[in-house]
Amino acid sequence: METEKRIISILVKNQPGVLSRISGLFSRRGYNIDSLSVCATEDDRYSRMTITVTGTKATVKQIISQVEKQEDVEKVLDFDEYAVVFRELLLIKVNVKSSERSQIVDLCEIFKAKAIDICEETMILELTGSTQKIDAFIKILIPYTIIEMARTGGAALERG
Amino acid sequence: MRINGAEILMNCLIEQGVDTIFGYPGASVLAVYDTLLDFPVRHILTAHEQGACFAAEGYSRASGKVGVVLTTSGPGATNLVTGIADAYMDSIPLVAITGNVSLDNLGHDCFQEIDIFGMTLPIVKYSYIVKSAKELAHTVREAFRIAQSGRKGPVLIDIPTNIFNEISEYELIAPEPILPKLIDTTDLVKIATLINSSERPLIYAGGGVIASGATEQVKALSTKISAHVAVSFMGIGAVPSSFKNYIGVASNRTTAPTTALKECDLLICLGTRFNSRTESNNKLLTKRKLPIVHIDIDNAEIDKNIPTTRAIVGDVILAIEELLPRLNGNANEEWLARDFGEKPIKNRAVDILNSLSKKVDKQTIIVTDVGLHQLWTALTYPVETPRSFLTSGGLGVMGFGLGAAIGAALASGKRVILVTGDGSFNMNLNELATAVKNKLGIMILVMNNSSLGMIRQIQQENFSRRYSQSTLYLKTDYVAFAKSFGADAYSIEQSDDIDKILDMALRHKTPVVIDCKIPINDK
Repeated sequence: METEKRIISILVKNQPGVLSRISGLFSRRGYNIDSLSVCATEDDRYSRMTITVTGTKATVKQIISQVEKQEDVEKVLDFDEYAVVFRELLLIKVNVKSSERSQIVDLCEIFKAKAIDICEETMILELTGSTQKIDAFIKILIPYTIIEMARTGGAALERG
Repeated sequence: MRINGAEILMNCLIEQGVDTIFGYPGASVLAVYDTLLDFPVRHILTAHEQGACFAAEGYSRASGKVGVVLTTSGPGATNLVTGIADAYMDSIPLVAITGNVSLDNLGHDCFQEIDIFGMTLPIVKYSYIVKSAKELAHTVREAFRIAQSGRKGPVLIDIPTNIFNEISEYELIAPEPILPKLIDTTDLVKIATLINSSERPLIYAGGGVIASGATEQVKALSTKISAHVAVSFMGIGAVPSSFKNYIGVASNRTTAPTTALKECDLLICLGTRFNSRTESNNKLLTKRKLPIVHIDIDNAEIDKNIPTTRAIVGDVILAIEELLPRLNGNANEEWLARDFGEKPIKNRAVDILNSLSKKVDKQTIIVTDVGLHQLWTALTYPVETPRSFLTSGGLGVMGFGLGAAIGAALASGKRVILVTGDGSFNMNLNELATAVKNKLGIMILVMNNSSLGMIRQIQQENFSRRYSQSTLYLKTDYVAFAKSFGADAYSIEQSDDIDKILDMALRHKTPVVIDCKIPINDK
């Protein structure tokens, strides 16, 4: 069966255990989470969970109805990738000799990434973008030896 | 008025119309137990917290009201887990109240501290840890609302012990009635068209029909459109077994509903979730590509196990009432006259049940445990009214029966029959003490085949008759056991005893145990 990637944005009440309740629902019903992020909203009674999942149409429908019926869930939005602005944040530390710095700066220019820390042998770069863009940036940095990286889940808002 | 947390809790229970709670005292809830003495609420002390939880469930299943169970922290709380899970699987409204260590001690692994909130997350409809007496009244009110609204289910309230002594403001608020709802009726007209063009419709009714109280509507629908009615395990009693269009319980054992499923041209499913217990029927459904209409209160059940053609999300009563005026009412005498010819189950246990059903009132509540006796009772006992057949349908809990029978007897004030097996009875027979103490009219039929009959049967069929750990051959003298607990007791040794012993046992208005000797190979 054909699977698709969906971004599900869930507005939840800020109640104790709400994160366990929602993430537990995914694990116990066997739904795979590609990424998950939780953030504050403009209203401090609510948080927004942005979950990307891969599944068949039927699975995604089932996920949404299971999430919708949770008492703490205020609103569920099922985004396909075109109708939303979706961003992840990447922080990546690479091994860079001083002779290679200009190459890295060029790459940053192309990807619109920022160098936020420079030492003798390392640089930390910051990039926001779609999953694909971040994947591509990481791939291009592999030859320079990646020391460590931190990558957030996605944050998404509907266009318009 | 300004009162302490324990008083707020009791006041809120009274507000909600609670007259009976089941529980067991312990250090963290002693303030509540002290306050309890001053309130007009009947507290039933069981032998074990698990029994208390099943009793609260039985009370709810028999009455339709919310069952309430109260226990202490730690083991008191963990002993509720199976009962809460059972209520979750069968959509039974239950409020479980547990004490915990004081708020400032939470998280320090204190004596009898357990994270019951975390432990029960996957098996509750909702749950709370109360952080101050100020929020207690609101929490209790919301818990009762959640337990009873939409698809019903269990709610847990964990209360740190210091909250019971904390003073806060309390004002009585009468609960608002919980009104049934229609949530999504987009398909209504299309469903009416589907039904109007069907010549051989079949209705499949589940527990949702009983939860909604939709017996009359289902009968009206069946009569108007000439549909046969089959029920699921949880749907037993949804329509009377004597109803003219009733054809029986769908299971992997019965043949009439399966034959009807093969011959019908439209399946109308009401308040059911296509449990895996009817797997062969589910496979048949998928294979036949039959048009299926599904009406359920829970949107997440639509297309979950079986993809349906059209659906209404909402209360069954309201949905049928919306549908009926749109239906033409094609009479199809030929389809209704079709006799699907159920192959009767014949064995000694069924003989006992047949004989019993002729001796007791038609509304008598029948409770079962889990195993072969459950199948025999479910498939053969003529159940006439909703909420008079109580069984652990989804979780299949051995040991559910006696606690549930206690709750049902207290809810109805009438005689209750518990049909159990030697395996199931052994799991929670301690609660016989509770039944005796409260002088409850519970008749317990122990279908004693010296084995775990259902397990043995599966081993016979699928494991080359290697009976691993399924024969019991207990030396327990159930008659002597029952008498030692203060109950009356008899035994049925052979088929000739049945009528005589049942008549004698039915004279008792207090607990009576009948050890029914069942041949080990009866199926």
